[in-house]
Amino acid sequence: SSHKHKLNFKRSKEVCLSYIQDAMLQKQWKRAAEFLTFYTETLEKDFSAEYMGPSEMIWRIGTEILCHHSHSSMKEFNSFIEQMKTLGVKRYLKVCLEHAFHLLCNGLIDEAYQNLSLAESWRFGEQTVIQDKEMKLIQAYRGLLDYYSWSKQKNILLEHGQDGFEDLSVEQEMHSCFRKAAVNLREIIKIPGVWDLFVKCYVDLLEFYGDHNEARQVLNEYAYNSKFPANPNAHVYLYQFLKRHGESKKTLVSALKILHDIVPSHELMIDFNTMLQKSKKRKKRRLGLEVIFAALDYAGWKENVKAWNCLARQMKQIVISEKHLDWIKQEWNSRKDWWPAFHFSRYLAKKNWQENESLSYEKALVAGILLGKDCKYFKYVSHRGCKAQVKRFRILKKFVNKHNPVYLRVSD
Amino acid sequence: RDFNERCAQCSEVNWGLTDGGRFYCRSCHNVTERTREVVNTEFISNTRVQRISKGSRKQEKNDEGCEWYVCEGFQLILKKQAEALEALGVCSQMKDEILCNFWRHYLQKSKQAYCNRPAGETVKALSVCDSSTDVDSDPERPSLLHLLSVSESEGDLQTDCSFASSTTKISESTSVCSGSVDGSLYLLKNQKEKLRMTMPMTLSFCYMALLWLREPMTLSDLLRFVVEGHIPYLNVFQHFPEKMKLCGLDLKIFCVESWPAYEEVYNKMLELAAFLDLPRFPDITDSCFLHPDMLCMKYLMEANLPDELHNWTCRVVKKTCIGEVDFLTLVPGNKPTRKVKYDVLAVAVIVVVLKLLFLLDDHYEWLLSDFAEERNKNNKEGGPYFEFKKWYKVIKCSLDVEQKKLDEERAKCLWRCEKPLFYSAKKKSKVLKRRQMVVNLQNQFGKLSGSVRPAEKPNPSSFQLSWSEENTDGSCFHGHSLKGILQEKCGLLRAMNPDYWLGTVKLCNEKVCGHLAHYREVDFPQSYHFILRLFSFLLRIQPSYIHDEVCVIEHKLFNKKLCKKPKYNIGLRK
Repeated sequence: SSHKHKLNFKRSKEVCLSYIQDAMLQKQWKRAAEFLTFYTETLEKDFSAEYMGPSEMIWRIGTEILCHHSHSSMKEFNSFIEQMKTLGVKRYLKVCLEHAFHLLCNGLIDEAYQNLSLAESWRFGEQTVIQDKEMKLIQAYRGLLDYYSWSKQKNILLEHGQDGFEDLSVEQEMHSCFRKAAVNLREIIKIPGVWDLFVKCYVDLLEFYGDHNEARQVLNEYAYNSKFPANPNAHVYLYQFLKRHGESKKTLVSALKILHDIVPSHELMIDFNTMLQKSKKRKKRRLGLEVIFAALDYAGWKENVKAWNCLARQMKQIVISEKHLDWIKQEWNSRKDWWPAFHFSRYLAKKNWQENESLSYEKALVAGILLGKDCKYFKYVSHRGCKAQVKRFRILKKFVNKHNPVYLRVSD
Repeated sequence: RDFNERCAQCSEVNWGLTDGGRFYCRSCHNVTERTREVVNTEFISNTRVQRISKGSRKQEKNDEGCEWYVCEGFQLILKKQAEALEALGVCSQMKDEILCNFWRHYLQKSKQAYCNRPAGETVKALSVCDSSTDVDSDPERPSLLHLLSVSESEGDLQTDCSFASSTTKISESTSVCSGSVDGSLYLLKNQKEKLRMTMPMTLSFCYMALLWLREPMTLSDLLRFVVEGHIPYLNVFQHFPEKMKLCGLDLKIFCVESWPAYEEVYNKMLELAAFLDLPRFPDITDSCFLHPDMLCMKYLMEANLPDELHNWTCRVVKKTCIGEVDFLTLVPGNKPTRKVKYDVLAVAVIVVVLKLLFLLDDHYEWLLSDFAEERNKNNKEGGPYFEFKKWYKVIKCSLDVEQKKLDEERAKCLWRCEKPLFYSAKKKSKVLKRRQMVVNLQNQFGKLSGSVRPAEKPNPSSFQLSWSEENTDGSCFHGHSLKGILQEKCGLLRAMNPDYWLGTVKLCNEKVCGHLAHYREVDFPQSYHFILRLFSFLLRIQPSYIHDEVCVIEHKLFNKKLCKKPKYNIGLRK
């Protein structure tokens, strides 16, 4: 029958929505606004046979348009959002939260704070319980803004130094902000999730007031509690904290271990390798080698002099001691097929030499050990280096020549 | 008899009339005070329906509403529509004589005007069986919820259950579930026999009147005018007087959420004509606008095709006998004969002619066009020869533009209106608040739209596409000659094309699957689809309906060949 072609309310609005979506995808905000004007009718559902659930769509579409349209203002946006808040009680807190974000993005921090406070005091029977998550977020962000105020006041105090009684009120306010912030931040980080910002701020507060134990506990929880999603940053924060407080190498190393597993290309791998290289434990040194090789597998590290320096140093040390060459062999095994083209091509030799002599030096050392003195990279760089009469290149050449047999053992 | 109230003494419904004109109960001989009012045959247009009243018309205590019946509402609507038609140029006879007579006749037949149901007691009637035979058994009383959940056309279940809870017990006053007195009854009864009035049916009435008067307006024109807003349909209840309050079930009756489809209106019109026992309609002769010869001319012009094609359409019309008076004129109730859709018929004839001349198999028409182009180069005298290719380019361009505009217009259709509607008084404030918000949002985003929305509707016109011969860009093909694709044989001009393919080998049974043929775009040549698309756009109907009609004409045209040699392959292509 002809039902599906019948032009009725539902079909007409579906088509309208598709026009809105097309316009938005093509960033034609005027056109999107035009069609949205005709779509808003769907909110009046009183005698429509089917409920279309448009209010969420209208909220999201309207927000997008108002964000991007050249003629819209913050005032318009606010008035629009206020209307959206009344549309659906099930979504109330979500709308409030996103409204606050929007205000923050536009630098209206005080307004955001007011909004969040208002939302915090909202109660609506069992909805309050159902929307508990959003409520926690609202409290957390309010706590964050409290932290921000605290931070400002702290800076004021530090600038002024110790003098002046007028600072007393600032100090008191500062403490009150701390209390407010701490309460809310602590609550949210109890819930499994990714709360980098909240954790950082909370730890900052705790450190300032000297509660290192609590801070350590928080960071440990954040990094090691299996209920929380795997988060490299958690380990970074923990590591940085431990470093700040002068913890032992052993502790530091254990903090970075999981980071290496999750993100082998993390920038802290250099620190990690440096610590591991110097360790007395064989296992640790072995790990160090593994870590630095893994890091250099990534394109982002190709021109990192420090990384190459770490690798070069460690390899040099191994070669000289003539112990544990099998480590190098193991690491090289899975890489000998592609590293030469990836790191040690003639083109790169030229490029590195022209752009960064130190880089080419370190790499040449590595290449010389792994690929022998006849490899393209080493030949080119050492030749140029010696020609330019740079001392270290001469030393390098001698060294590699001396230890050439190593390459043979390493690469079979 | 029509009196359905239960007897006060014995609770039976079994009435007779005394000599004095009073009702008496046949079971217990209880005589009532009711008298059967003399049926008033005088029908003054636009007045309220005559009925027995217990007392004077009750005034509602609040809101100053008054009692009104559903058919009064429809009457108002029909009046508005007739006025609009008049403004479009239809003769004034339509409103004051034809339409109103039809309506009166309908009211009589469906017993809405003269029933003896007293005001205020429609509720009781809910519990009484409608048929006169089975009085004692209490028929299944469908609950109000069930009533609400059956929507008129699609049977969708309404999800807004809060309505059901807001209606109070049935035993209270009637204004609870509808503003009108008999709103609930209207939806409750199975009125197959009585042909319950609906919004689309108002258009059936209009078309029937137009057809009776043989006005130069086809059904597709009429429906197009409705969508364009020249004829009130959507939200026409806005024009009800203040006192006629709409709420509850009235919404289901008077509020439309879809534009009526051609088939729906047409079939209802036939039903209506049969129901009213109308006689044979005035003859459609070859001087009438609705005659295929005339309509073909109109559509040829609109489709920017050469006037010379008209000769061919006339020939086809003659050969298939579809120009006969008896074929074209509507005789209501005569079931076996297939009824004529004049616009679709005319368009189908044109399609057949194009197939005859151009074959339209995605191959031949282009070859022919190249051939005509060649001949055009040497053609210095007279008008240019018609080239299919050129025509196709021009039309495709315009069609795409117009279709896009139409699609956007459909997306921008506004269904709600200023007058707020709500199921019950409880919902009123919520509805008003929501309405206010929507208006605010419309204003806010309307300002951001940039362009000023044209507030006026486009001027009503019978032609959607127009082509002028004054255009020097050669985009008008009316004057082009067909000589380029014809050849002389025995002094006659014949088509060069010797082949023809049928749309379908055998016509299907309409009653079984709703169609005489089955059209799928992929099964047919692109050119054919394009032609169907063009006329589908002009008539605002689905291509498959045109295809059906084309197949019917083909079968008539090639009837002899088909009957003689059933296996004769006329080059059926897929």
